[in-house]
Amino acid sequence: MAAKAATKGAKTVNGTAGKAALGPHAAALGRDRQLELYYWMRLTRQLEERLVNLYRQTKVVGGLFRSLGQEADAVGSAFALEKGDILSPLIRNLGSMLVKGATPVEILKQYMARGDSPTRGRELNIHFGDLERGFVGQISHLGDMVPVMAGVALSFKLRKEKRVVLVYVGDGATSTGAFHEGINFAAVQQVPMVVIVENNGYAYSTPTAKQTRAKSFADKGIGYGIPGVTADGNDVLATYEVTREAVNRARAGGGVTLIELMSYRRKGHAEHDNQSYVPPGEIERWAAENDPVDRYVARLTGEFGFTPADLAAVDARVQQEIDAATDAAEQSGVPEALDALEGIYADPPRERPLWFREGVRSAVDAHERPEGWGTFNAARGGHA
Amino acid sequence: MAEITYLEAIREALSEEMERDPNVFLMGEDIGAYGGAFKVTEGLLAKFGEARVIDTPISEAGFVGAAAGAAHMGMRPVCELQFIDFISCAYDILTNYVATARYRAFLGCPMVVRGPSGGYVRGGPFHSQNPEAAFIHTPGLKVVYPATAEDAKGLMKAAIRDEDCVLFFEHKYLYRRIKGVMPAGDHVVPIGKARVAREGTDVSIITYAATVYKALEAAEQLAAQGVSVEVIDLRTLAPLDEEAIVATVKKTHKVLVLHEDTRTGGIAGEITARINEACFEWLDAPVLRVTAADVPLPYAPSLEDYVLPQVADVVLACRRLAAY
Repeated sequence: MAAKAATKGAKTVNGTAGKAALGPHAAALGRDRQLELYYWMRLTRQLEERLVNLYRQTKVVGGLFRSLGQEADAVGSAFALEKGDILSPLIRNLGSMLVKGATPVEILKQYMARGDSPTRGRELNIHFGDLERGFVGQISHLGDMVPVMAGVALSFKLRKEKRVVLVYVGDGATSTGAFHEGINFAAVQQVPMVVIVENNGYAYSTPTAKQTRAKSFADKGIGYGIPGVTADGNDVLATYEVTREAVNRARAGGGVTLIELMSYRRKGHAEHDNQSYVPPGEIERWAAENDPVDRYVARLTGEFGFTPADLAAVDARVQQEIDAATDAAEQSGVPEALDALEGIYADPPRERPLWFREGVRSAVDAHERPEGWGTFNAARGGHA
Repeated sequence: MAEITYLEAIREALSEEMERDPNVFLMGEDIGAYGGAFKVTEGLLAKFGEARVIDTPISEAGFVGAAAGAAHMGMRPVCELQFIDFISCAYDILTNYVATARYRAFLGCPMVVRGPSGGYVRGGPFHSQNPEAAFIHTPGLKVVYPATAEDAKGLMKAAIRDEDCVLFFEHKYLYRRIKGVMPAGDHVVPIGKARVAREGTDVSIITYAATVYKALEAAEQLAAQGVSVEVIDLRTLAPLDEEAIVATVKKTHKVLVLHEDTRTGGIAGEITARINEACFEWLDAPVLRVTAADVPLPYAPSLEDYVLPQVADVVLACRRLAAY
């Protein structure tokens, strides 16, 4: 089943590989913007490669999630947003977050659970956000960000702000109740939102064919009364084109669009996953025939006239930035333990410390047999 | 000033807060033209329009989740659950997303999730629930459960103005039975503060919501028998007013914790544990509990009456404490 589903996806993608005519939005991108797309894709890939090194050195505290082979769908879609628009990424949208202004050093500190990381060591990996820059951190419960981001979009509608929301889900999340409730609510309210389903063939080990009987995730749009479109997620310009169209439509008051981006997850669910469930040759075929960075490089040098030196300069810049970020991240400290008690609520600002964690000596002094303990003391006047 | 009902007090709070702050808006099922299943929002659509009184699809996870997103952006959504029993449909969003947002992402969720709760109304298993314990157990949520009309209004205003998510339980048995005269001006009751509903010296009953009235009725009967009962109305269940709990323990030394929620894992256990930790040496008797039995709430009057705390149960428990 897995092989069948993935092969089908591969054919669809390969059928358009490198040959797609530019849509009007992609055609309007200037040379700086064309090169910028390459920068974000390269930064995403190299930053993850650096994280793999750090993971193997046990400097990454938790799991490591890769977006290898999906950089185009993350970058191209986020690139279609304007300043002021807000997205909510999924675990394979590092590229989307970088486009929206997340920095390599933040990502590294997050993975390394540092005290000055964006979440002060409270959350893992790329689970963080910044409303000012325009991204809201996801939670692990798949599908939940759809209703939440529908609410962000609702606030834009209620305040008559010309801003747009983009929320990413995977093929697996489309099976959740939250996805359905969120997209249905958004559709009924006609809020300015774009929902991207990244169809990368697998949800952990479960192939798409075991996730749905629908022929495509875009077909689900019919049920919500919204447009559903499919695009080649490994073609960064096609991704940009289809997202830009939907974003423009949302901004103009046209409501929600469901976009399915076809891609392929070349690494496991996380770094520990050995992908034993993947049919032999499938990953290698995608890597050889349909790598989104390779495809865009071919286009940049072939169709758009960039030289290998132009791209090498970008590569060098990316490497320098990642090296500097790694140095900075490694120098930052771990969180202070008592920070764990801060900021659950605005008021009260912190929880009381655990009495048995105040230090063994003071805890015993204060609690083992404090003066006045005892059920009744007539000499002290009973309970007085 | 004329008396208004507990229900009207909630409506008044919603209306006043919507007038005061344009960011306040309502979402829920059938709350617009119909005015809500219990008519709490009646008239608000006409007054504030469709943009601020939003009829939603039947999707508690959908609109409670949307409330969180809107709240991040500075809106002040108030969600009505048609019955609080349906809060379980939004349990994931509330406990995983909303409750953790400030801590993990420094994002506030200034929102209220409100709905008719509780039994004594022959509502059966799905229209009588008291699911507060599930949420008291979740750091990041606040839970209020008023007993009086004045508190219903004042706590609702406080809940809407709070920077965090407040679950606002409204006891449907009290909706039209309980009335009060609203204090003049901007009447806000602080979250986290209990109230002494009746002063006494021999036994303390710590309770909230509809059972406050069971306690008061029992106290009246016990007074005739020479037992002076103090009744504490918690008003807020998270955060608990530990100061008020300790104060009444130190005053009477004998405590009954009374609630309509089921027994195992109910908040009475938490209150008892805190008394044990904070003022064990002030006790002259074991802390007792009168609660519902550990069963889904049944429909037939003879069954519901057996399961839920009654005045006679409270009198019996207090007599046992007084005699200890």
